Order: sequence, then C-alpha cells, then structure tokens
Amino acid sequence: MSDQPNTPTSNPSRPPPWNNPAVRSIVYQVIAVVLLGYFAWTILNNTLDNMARRGIRTGFSFLNNESGFGILLSLIEYDESSTYGRTFLVGLLNTLLVSVLGIFFATIFGFLLGIARLSTNWLIAQLASIYVEMIRNIPLLLQIFFWYTAVLQALPGPRDSIQLGDSYFLNNRGFYFPKPIFEDGFGAVLFALLAAIAAAIFIGRWARRRQDRTGARFPVFLTSLGLIVGLPLVVFLLVGAPLSFETAVLERFSFTGGSRVIPELMALLWALTMYTAAFIAEIVRAGIESVSHGQIEAARSLGLRNGPTLRLIVIPQALRVIIPPLTSQYLNLTKNSSLATAIGYPDLVAVFMGTSLNQTGQAVEIVAMTMAVYLTISLSISFLMNWYNRKVALVER
Amino acid sequence: MISARARASSDTLALIKSKGFLSCGVNTGLPGFSAPDTNNNWTGMDVDFCRALAAAVLGDTTRVKYKPLTAKERFTALQSGEIDILSRNTTWTQIRDTSLGLNFAGVNYYDGQGFMVKKSLRVKSAKELDGAVFCMQAGTTTELNLADYARLNKFTYKSITFETNEQVREGFETGRCDVLTTDQSGLYSHITKLSDPDSAMVLPEMMSKEPLGPVVRQGDDAWFNVVRWTLHALINAEELGVTSENIEQMKSSSNPAISRLLGTTGDMGAKLGLDNSWAFHAIKQVGNYGEIFERNVGRLSPLKIRRGLNALWNRGGIMFAPPIR
Repeated sequence: MSDQPNTPTSNPSRPPPWNNPAVRSIVYQVIAVVLLGYFAWTILNNTLDNMARRGIRTGFSFLNNESGFGILLSLIEYDESSTYGRTFLVGLLNTLLVSVLGIFFATIFGFLLGIARLSTNWLIAQLASIYVEMIRNIPLLLQIFFWYTAVLQALPGPRDSIQLGDSYFLNNRGFYFPKPIFEDGFGAVLFALLAAIAAAIFIGRWARRRQDRTGARFPVFLTSLGLIVGLPLVVFLLVGAPLSFETAVLERFSFTGGSRVIPELMALLWALTMYTAAFIAEIVRAGIESVSHGQIEAARSLGLRNGPTLRLIVIPQALRVIIPPLTSQYLNLTKNSSLATAIGYPDLVAVFMGTSLNQTGQAVEIVAMTMAVYLTISLSISFLMNWYNRKVALVER
Repeated sequence: MISARARASSDTLALIKSKGFLSCGVNTGLPGFSAPDTNNNWTGMDVDFCRALAAAVLGDTTRVKYKPLTAKERFTALQSGEIDILSRNTTWTQIRDTSLGLNFAGVNYYDGQGFMVKKSLRVKSAKELDGAVFCMQAGTTTELNLADYARLNKFTYKSITFETNEQVREGFETGRCDVLTTDQSGLYSHITKLSDPDSAMVLPEMMSKEPLGPVVRQGDDAWFNVVRWTLHALINAEELGVTSENIEQMKSSSNPAISRLLGTTGDMGAKLGLDNSWAFHAIKQVGNYGEIFERNVGRLSPLKIRRGLNALWNRGGIMFAPPIR
C-alpha cells in the first residue's frame, strides 16, 4: 500500500476486503445461510434414509388415495369415496371457518368490552373488569370443555328440543333453523344489493368532498343504511318474493332438513370468541388511554360532542397503538382453533393430522403439511394487518 | 440423535435385558384389555400379555413400564422406539403391516366391530340405523368399517370422532350420538362403565373382522420371535392343560410336549435367546391364555364375554398355535 502514489483525490487507505466491515458482514451471512441450508438438508436426508431403511412408506402419492371415512361437517362436497387431498381441504376450510368467525365476533365483542371498561358508569366498568379478569385467567381448553360438556351437552335430546317459534330448535345435536331456498329471480335482489353498496360508497366520497368544500355535513350513515336495506327489499317484493324456507323435521333419530350449527362449532366458536375478546378488550383500553387527555379537551373546546370526539379524534389515534397487538391476538385465535380436536370438531388437526395420519401412517408428510398451513395462515394475517397498520400509522411529515 | 437411532433399531431384546424392564404401549382405558384398577395397577388382557412377556424375558411380571397411548399416538410411539411392544387392541390390517414399518406378531383376540344403542330408541338391528349419528374414536379402523358398511347397506350417517374412549362414552351417554361403535369387546367394556348399564344394548350384527394383536418394529426378527412365541406358548399351555396352579406338578409330566414347553427338556428358550424356563415363568406368573381370557373379559370378569371365536380350535373356536418343538 505504501508504495502506491497518494494523490489527494484517491482513497487514502482502502482496507483489504477481509477488514472491510461491509464485506465481512456479507461473508458471515452467506456462511450462516449455507450452514443452515446444510443442516436442513441433512435432517431431511437423514429422515428419509431412516424411514426407507425401516420400511416406512414416504411421498405424497397418498393424497390421491380414497380416504374412506366420513366427516361431520364439510363446507364442500365430501363423502367416503373422496381422496385424502379432499380431506385436507375439508379440514382446512373448517379451520378457516371457525377462525374467521372467531376473529369477527371477538373483535366486535372485544371493542365493546374495552370501551365498557373505560365507562364512567361504575357498574358497567366493574362488570367489564370482572369479565376480563375471569375469562383471561382460565385456560382456554377448560373453557372449551365447559361450553361443550357442561352447557351444550346438557341440553335436552332431539325429542325434547327447546323450541323457539315454529321453526327454531335447540338440542344437544345443535341449533336448527330454517334453510333459505333461493328461487328464480333472486339474482336481481343480489344485484340490487351490490348496486346499493356501490351507491353508498359513492355517496360517502361525494359527501366528504362537499364537506371539505362547503363545510356542510350530510347524513351519510342513514342514507347508506336506507339504500342498502331498502333497495334490495323493494326489488325483492317487485320480483315476487322468490325465497322460501325449509324447516327442520324430527325423524326417527334426529332432525333432518333445515340448516344446522353443530354443537362442536358452537362450543369452540363461543369459547374462542369469549377468551380472545377479553384480551382484545385490554388492548383496546390501552389504546384509548394512550391518547392524551389534551386531545379530548381540544375536541371539546371545538364543540364536538361525545360521539364525534370518540369517532374522529380518539379512535383514529388509538388504532395506531391497537393494531400491532391485535394482530397477535388474531394469530393466537387461529392457532388456538386447533384445540377443536379435543371436542370432536373436524378441523384440520382433527381430520388430517388425526384420522388421515392414522389411516395412512405418513406422519412426516402430514405433520409437515399441517405446519405449513398454519404458517401460511399466520403469515397472511400478519401481512394483512401490517398493511392496515401502515395505513393508520401516524404519517410523519 | 445417535442414541435414539441405536435404541430404535435392531436389538430390542438385548436392550430390554440391559435396561431391566419392558416398555409396553397400552390403551388409555379400556376395561378388560388395559385399564388401571382401583389401586392404580394396570390390568387387562393386553396388559397381561406384556406381563407374560416380561416374565419370559426378565423372569418378573412387574418389570414393565406401561405407556398409555391414544389410537393416534400408538404407531408413532412404536416406530420411534419409545415403546418395545404395542399391546393395545390393535387391528391387524394389510396397510398397517406393510407400510408402517411394523410387524404384527399374532392375534390375541379375534374381534369384530359392532354397535351399541340406547334401549329407549327401540332399534333391533343395524339395518335400522339410517340417519343415525355415530360416536367413535379417532384414528381407528372403526371409521373406515362404518363408511364401508354404510355404503354397502346404502344408509346415510354422521360420525363424531373423539380422542379417547372416555370422551366417546360421554358423547353416547349425553345423547350427542345415537350409536356408539367400536369392536364388540370394547362395547361390552363400555357398557360396564355406563352410569346405567341396563340402558344400552349391543346389536347382534358384527360388521367387520378385527383380529387384535401385539405389534413390534419391522427388522428385528429376534424380538419378533420372542413376542410371537410367548403368545403361542400361552395358547399351547391352555391346550396342554397347563395352568398357573398346576404348573409345578406339570413339570414332572410325562407328556413330551409339556416338558418342551416348560423347559425341562430341550433348549427351546435358548433358541429364542432366553432362559430355558421362559414359558414356565410366563405361565406361572400370569396364567395360560384361557386363564387370562376368563380373568379379564370372560366368566370371572364383569364383562362376561363368551369365548366364541377365541376358544381353542378343538373347542369350537379358531385359537390355534403352532407346536413348540
């Protein structure tokens, strides 16, 4: 280095690559990745090798074989002659069903509870606190067993069902309600509904622009509600009410016909919702309390009433704090749904990692597939929530 | 990882001798086959087979560690080397024998799948079960048999599968399902555990063949032979009239078959890598096949199951063991 001519414009002393922190960091990372890859490859190879030596069948061809067993609840067509691949789909959809419904109800219930805990009404605030402290300190599995065994299984049998009106029945086989049968012309009603939703979105945008320009407000919520309920209703009556209901009928063993929610789903959904809602309530409370009191005082001094203060000032700022931990709760709920197997709800773990694994004996493949599914679902939820988080995050200028 | 591999492979017999006990996978609770009694000792036919095996290999029936397994866990536990033998009312089928890396050592109970219903439903035959809800255990041949039977007889059904036997029984008792289906022996065992055993009945139909037997890992022939011939020794003992009570007198029997069985002549035990009095220990401490059957599921038990198919071949059943010679 010393024998190189030093001109003022060139780098005075360029360190050798092994002393360059940037290069070194890349080299270390490459080495780490290679080692990790080698580790994974060795485990895979070792497993396959050992399984082959012990005469255990491997590969994914079993997915095309006939499963030969029935499943209690299936959102898609499924019977005993379907393949294991289909079994996988049925289990996956059942898992998604309970997760999506659970997330939906837990969010609504959790927000209400969180706001209730902050209520100035002493009784409401205390009740909400007691609920949160009780529910989140009891293990979820116990709660699932409680709802399934102590509540739903204690209901009367089909013959002595609890009857609500003429066509709603509740017994230990589930909750039966009339099944809507859509006749010709119902498509027009759906079309009207879509049109009404589109119109509502348009009105919302127009109202905002008008408010920006003139300051005059427009009752967007009531107009939209009227449109979305009213327009399809008018069309429905115009095309001659193309809808009828099929009621469940008691037969030799049980009810047939109609629609039914099985008790396994009810118990699982109920327990997941109540449990997760308790955590969401705390997150919401923390979020709202994180908004400084000065903001509310400022809103008051502008003359905003309670409702608009909460809606326009507090919640948008609280959401920044709420969204990240809320995402973890959604992930927890989805993963907790695998406790379904304890009460016989046919989710992915029960039908695929349970029955299918046992019938085919291909533990490694099936466990890997199941883990991949949960990973994918969790990553998707994370991705969606992160995207939403970026939208509500404080934009720094 | 290396020690696990060594454990799981090849010489199970030497491993059992060196650790001094037998790891036996049993049912979590099926009275008559394997269930803890009021003193928390494991009892039942499947348990007795492990005790006999421990007596044959180690000379002592108490040197067994029981590992209660659900239907779902059982094969993985055996494949991974967690247990030395699976003695857990497991049906011998082709897939299990050929694609799981396991071998069935024989049959210790010939069973068939049946149905149990509440008497109040007034069902007399399985043909009347169209539209019924069935409770059963997850991960068993039961689920497949029911699907086959329903397809053959063109009826529709709904099935609810639970993890453990206890949950299945609870589902039946609370009325979540109309029918409980499992192997017939299991049905009789369930009935004894119902809060009102008179409220349920077993339907006459038997809809499948369920040969139940002990299972070992593939590729360990020495251990496979020990398990298989211990089972045969118990059955041969009944055929030869050797019981746990008369075994001391039988030692001086003039019947050469009995002498070979009890090890007073020949080297039958040595050929298995065991002491020559292997069968003597097993029969003396546990009893012959007939004694094991009657004590656990037969006349002397609350289950009162008749011998039926499980009687010896020369007494109207199909229990037949190759000769010890």
